[in-house]
Amino acid sequence: MTTLHELAQRLMTLDDRITDCMKCGMCQAVCPMYGATGMEADVARGKLALIDNLAHEMLKNPAAVADKLGRCLLCGSCQAACPPGVKILEVFMEAREIVNEFLGLHPVKKMIFRTLLPHPELFNFAMRVGAPMQGLVFRKSGDAQGTVCAPFLNFMLGDRHIHPLAKTPIHARYGALDEPRRAGGLKVAFFPGCVGDKMYTDMTEACLKVLRHHGVAVFMPAGLTCCGIPALSSGDVTGMLGQLQANVRALKGGDFDYLLSPCGSCTATIKEYWPRYAHRMGTGEEGFVKKMADMAMDINAFLVDVLKVTAAQPRADAVSVTYHDSCHLKKSLGVASQPRTVINANPAYKLTEMAEADRCCGCGGSFNLFHYDHSRKIGQRKRDNVVASGAKIVAAGCPACMMQLEDVLSHNNDAVRVKHTVELYAESLN
Amino acid sequence: MASQALIKDFEELLGKENVFSSEADRMSYSYDSAVLPPVMPSLVIRPTTREQLSACVKKLYDNGIPMTVRGSGTNLSGGTIPDKSDTVVILTTGLNRILEINTNDLYAVVEPGVITAQFAAAVEKKGLFYPPDPGSQAVSTLAGNIAENAGGLRGLKYGVTKDYVMGIEFIDATGATVKSGSRTVKCVTGYNLAGLIVQSEGTLGVISEAVLKLVPPPKASKACMAVFDDVQHAADAVAGIIAAHVLPCTLEFLDNNTIVRVDDYTKAGLPREAGAILLIEVDGHPAQVADDAAAVEKVLKENKATAVHIPKDAEEKFKLWEARRAALPVLARCRPTTVLEDATVPRSQIPAMVKAVNDIAAKYRLDVGTFGHAGDGNLHPTFLCDKRDKDEFSRVEEAIDEMFDVAIKLKGTLSGEHGIGTAKSKWMEKETSRGTILFSQRLRRALDPKGLLNSTKLVGI
Repeated sequence: MTTLHELAQRLMTLDDRITDCMKCGMCQAVCPMYGATGMEADVARGKLALIDNLAHEMLKNPAAVADKLGRCLLCGSCQAACPPGVKILEVFMEAREIVNEFLGLHPVKKMIFRTLLPHPELFNFAMRVGAPMQGLVFRKSGDAQGTVCAPFLNFMLGDRHIHPLAKTPIHARYGALDEPRRAGGLKVAFFPGCVGDKMYTDMTEACLKVLRHHGVAVFMPAGLTCCGIPALSSGDVTGMLGQLQANVRALKGGDFDYLLSPCGSCTATIKEYWPRYAHRMGTGEEGFVKKMADMAMDINAFLVDVLKVTAAQPRADAVSVTYHDSCHLKKSLGVASQPRTVINANPAYKLTEMAEADRCCGCGGSFNLFHYDHSRKIGQRKRDNVVASGAKIVAAGCPACMMQLEDVLSHNNDAVRVKHTVELYAESLN
Repeated sequence: MASQALIKDFEELLGKENVFSSEADRMSYSYDSAVLPPVMPSLVIRPTTREQLSACVKKLYDNGIPMTVRGSGTNLSGGTIPDKSDTVVILTTGLNRILEINTNDLYAVVEPGVITAQFAAAVEKKGLFYPPDPGSQAVSTLAGNIAENAGGLRGLKYGVTKDYVMGIEFIDATGATVKSGSRTVKCVTGYNLAGLIVQSEGTLGVISEAVLKLVPPPKASKACMAVFDDVQHAADAVAGIIAAHVLPCTLEFLDNNTIVRVDDYTKAGLPREAGAILLIEVDGHPAQVADDAAAVEKVLKENKATAVHIPKDAEEKFKLWEARRAALPVLARCRPTTVLEDATVPRSQIPAMVKAVNDIAAKYRLDVGTFGHAGDGNLHPTFLCDKRDKDEFSRVEEAIDEMFDVAIKLKGTLSGEHGIGTAKSKWMEKETSRGTILFSQRLRRALDPKGLLNSTKLVGI
């Protein structure tokens, strides 16, 4: 693919799906990016029109289209609200792949997606070397959320307040975990996700505690790596397939009934994107990947729908908790009531709804890296809603959202703490 | 693209973040919701104050540059598509403040780019009601609603946007500020220029502020769904309801094609054999709502409704309306292109119009579903096609030509609420008269001597 005409022909494979857009503009109402900039090229209708024009050779600047395509959180709010049901995320993912293939992938991304992430031993080694060093450059932000910041690295990290890396990540604590099934009991494969493994280890420990409490055996193999969504979002299918291959290798041979993750984004990726791209591994493992996708389940959904965890009567002194609907949980997986039940399962907490609970927090994974200013602006609206709810804690079912919530709350010097829903439930179990 | 000097001037005036000159950005303002060819503007500007807005218009007028005003770009008749390649698009979305909601005097003052649904929610929070609810209300702007005289589901009882405009301040083609109307119920100071701006589709001036009427909200409401074998019976029921002196706040209609498609999609168990469904809601004081609902039920039964469903609670009521909410999305999913029309006839002519639409669709071998606002005769025949199929799309165009002929013969109108724009300008004279066109053009030329404001829209200039 070296000429614009060839690029256009590749993009024409999206034509049928793009034509479904009736240009009604209803995506403007829900798009967090449009909410922040008010620019038509930032909303799905505008982006679809740009891809269409590139495909029809009306526009001859693929770099400009790539830039616009990158200004998107891939939160799926537009798709969930789209009257004619355009498969917007599918189109955006494929367009990113085609356009980025034409333009070439950034060498740093190439290194991360194709070398580091498909080889968890390398990735883990790099992060373990890095973790003890963080004390040298990061200092505590002095906030209620316990984040750190790195003023000397402002040129690189911006003014981010982030959760510190764990001294000992989960994979180093547990190695290859393969608990025996209790008689007649359930067994799950647990997919902590990169952030659950290396950063929010308390969240992961809480999940493991809850599973133990309910007598569920856990299979957590050593070779698990990134679910692949960052690579896919950057249009790097090669990188994503490398990571998928590594995960397939790790999961194969395990005996389990469900594949659980505490991360809404990982679960959505396993369920939706793994089976869609599996045939491109060329290894004939589509059947296994499809089985993994069918088994994949958000941990909140598992607790409520399978283990039948129910809400408790809140105590008189129950602390109010507000819940943020992660986009991948609610809009991709349809998981909205279960995390709320999980919060209420602990009588020490009571749920207080915030306004626009299902509006995107603005993290968007790597979107946050490249568009931090917009990410912060979108996050501020979420922060305002969190604070207005009067809750002491904001819970979420996705560590990426938790990072974003901590960052915006910390910057506003708010006392609201950020927790994963399962952490709250785990507190009630002994 | 606009000259560098002009871009620089606007950047100085508005800030770089409010001047969009790249090809990709300009391209995203080349279309609206109408099924029409795009036209890329030379520049897009977004003033954020009234002063900036008038300075922008003046600069463009002084330089003889054509302009198209745009809110959220949800227009269904092409009114916000630029006229030519040297057109500059003026966005009103940067002027989006609600300036006042006066609960004592029942009015609100707004900037042009306030989103309709957000405004309605803010008004509701203050315990009042802004009734106009066009289908695009979640994203449409109030000035866009005014410039198109947008309708919605509540037209029969509450009227449309024009019924809520008390005053308008606008920038004329030369950049001068014009004020008309006031915060008072009565105001006869000068020409009713606010009335002239309503429905002017961006051809006479750029709205910079509006005073909108608010009303007390109804205290209660009650809904029901009635099923009919025949469209004629549904129309008789509509006439009967009006004759019984009940004005429902919504009186919606779905034809058989729409019912079947919605049922296919939602599996809601709708009556697939029905000729038509009416969805009716009455609102007001609880005692009157009870009386009205009883009267409506009686009329429905007298007019051969085969079933009348009355929801028991809010949840059931929500489900009842699902069929209507799903109508357009479901029809839109059937085929790639959705041509949503809004031919409107006197309500007694609904059966004749529905029959004509179906006959025309059969003649041109087209898929059509019709739903709409039975209470005010405003139907939405929705043609389902693929605009990439040139033969099919030309049949759609012929079918629409014929449909408008029927609407006019039935003493109806081309457009109940979507506007004329460029999509329907060729039929204007047929519905009105040669004199109407000439008068409108003379009016435009007098107010916009250089012919810069949305020049190809409505009657042209």
